[in-house]
Amino acid sequence: MDNLFNPETIFGIIGMAVTLAMPYLYAAIGELFDQTAGCYNLGTEGIMMMGAFSAFYVVYETGNLGFGVLAAAIVGLLMGLIMAVISVTFKAEQGISGIGLTMFGVGLSSLLFKTLLNGTVLSVKGFKSIRIPILGDIPYIGDAFFNHNIMVYVAYLLIPIASIILYKTTLGLKIRAVGQNPQAADTLGVSVNKIRYLCVCGGAILAGIAGATFSIANINMFQEKMTNGTGYIAVALVYFSGWKPWRVLLGALLFSFVNALQLRMQVLGINIPSDIAMMMPYLLTIVTLIFVKSRDKPAALAVPYERSEN
Amino acid sequence: MISKLRSLFNKTFDAIIPLFATLLALFLGVFMLKALGKDPLAAYAALFEGAFGSQRAIIQTIIKATPLLLVGIGVCIAFRGGVINIGGEGQIIVGALASAAFALYVPIQSRWIMIPLCLLTSMLAGAIWGGVPGILKAKLGVNEILTTVMMNSIAVYLSNFLLRGPMIDPHEIEMGTRAAQTALLPEYTFLTRLAPPTQLNTGTILALILAGVAFVMLFKTTIGYRIRAVGKSADASRYAGIKVPFYQALALILGGSMAGLAGGIEVLGVQHRVMENISANYGFNGIVTALFGSLHPLGTIPAAFLFGGLMVGGNKLQRTVQVHSAFIDTLLGIIVLFVVAAKIFSTRRSKKRAING
Repeated sequence: MDNLFNPETIFGIIGMAVTLAMPYLYAAIGELFDQTAGCYNLGTEGIMMMGAFSAFYVVYETGNLGFGVLAAAIVGLLMGLIMAVISVTFKAEQGISGIGLTMFGVGLSSLLFKTLLNGTVLSVKGFKSIRIPILGDIPYIGDAFFNHNIMVYVAYLLIPIASIILYKTTLGLKIRAVGQNPQAADTLGVSVNKIRYLCVCGGAILAGIAGATFSIANINMFQEKMTNGTGYIAVALVYFSGWKPWRVLLGALLFSFVNALQLRMQVLGINIPSDIAMMMPYLLTIVTLIFVKSRDKPAALAVPYERSEN
Repeated sequence: MISKLRSLFNKTFDAIIPLFATLLALFLGVFMLKALGKDPLAAYAALFEGAFGSQRAIIQTIIKATPLLLVGIGVCIAFRGGVINIGGEGQIIVGALASAAFALYVPIQSRWIMIPLCLLTSMLAGAIWGGVPGILKAKLGVNEILTTVMMNSIAVYLSNFLLRGPMIDPHEIEMGTRAAQTALLPEYTFLTRLAPPTQLNTGTILALILAGVAFVMLFKTTIGYRIRAVGKSADASRYAGIKVPFYQALALILGGSMAGLAGGIEVLGVQHRVMENISANYGFNGIVTALFGSLHPLGTIPAAFLFGGLMVGGNKLQRTVQVHSAFIDTLLGIIVLFVVAAKIFSTRRSKKRAING
């Protein structure tokens, strides 16, 4: 037990948590835009799997990491369009459509994996760590916070960006209006459907990239169902955040820290059965959901908008 | 007379919509198969033959349809109560584990005592697994979709832990193979096989009876009326003095118990032990089944037969035309998307009816 409490181990765990928070951040910030506009996208998990596969496949074939991210973004956009057509235009029950989209994405990514790569687990050269000058040389802290790949840094930049878009721009005002009171927004000439399409598609692009971070920016290989519920946890994180970007960061770090701790405990041989340790993030999700105050919830969340015609 | 005919027509229309959506999904599948470089006609022929082409195929389909039907009934009950149960996978797993534990560790060697008790244990376990999200939803307003999904993951890890540790087959330790599975259950806990050597068993009959019971409960009793009222409009129900949280929790508890029973029957009737992946996606496919059956327990019966067929036929498809069975998973996802999207047509029609009288 004593070797858990030396600075090397502690900062090792923190550094790991900083990386592990990356997919949560991309996916949850994407979902934050969806939900702020009143749409609830449970298809995140499926979109992530499609993103993970397409990024991996493109990088495997071309060796170009930029193309990989682009492929994940495009596939994410297409998946988002499907979700938007079904939940905005066809006004379908959003929980079930999301589950359908996840079944579709998880299934199709497996099918493509078996067809294009014969189901062989391969690895690619993913994004390399970039040590930030000066800051990166601080002992312990430098390694934990300032020695990561570009996808990690961008993930953290999304927080202030999302915050500015949602709270300092007209677009953000429109997004929030559409989520709180679509009737009023519509009366004022804001196109409810256009804003919702924009948010669902934009959110899905981020979800696609979130998937890509697994296959080309962290583990650097592709396996079936490799996102392992991260997409659902990302949706839960948005509830946890009370629909505030800065609290998404808090939640993502909390989860990734528990994850890193759990992984590290197994390596250090601390006597908790690994299966029980692996339950922790999911148990934690339920516990955090219990303590969330849902008072800031967008009033029109998961309610399809219909203009009253009479 | 005419109004009766009209209502019959409307009901038929609503029932046909999911069928149409499925055909559309299969049509989309043609393009997918083409893209994979396979002959769609040969593929669908293999699918159909594998599912319904012979007596053996049909029996296999019925065996797969049984857990789908039970999970589907559970999804129907929950959905009618306005709550969504995505937790079928986890509920099946804990139901399977609980019934196996009871069968293995309770030394009463009587079929007539053990089988009902084992099945009740599986229902109880499923009810608890559905009840936690149910009670959290009812008391604290916690989103049940997310909690049921999380309960699935927790059940998977719990099962891995038990199957590799406390519940592992002692033979596996002796042999040193350590496969993650329980010991074979004692023979007096097996459900009767209806057509040996196939695995068809009395669990199927029980599932069919329960579909009828669920129908009566939902549509002919006060409890069912209240569950449906809560699902239609929680606010109106509250105004009418119905305890909304109670019925929301009840809907998830009942739904969970059905999925738990599916796990119990899979163990006592088919596998005779618990191994990894016992839930075999029945939990998710059961949602498709219920949606296809228009969220009606009796409609779920033919739906379960159809989707059981898709699951069995998928294996044949894989063997004959070398398309991986993930194709079927993808297709099922598309069917869900089409069926939920197509609901707008029946909603529009019923709105028109309401306006035109």
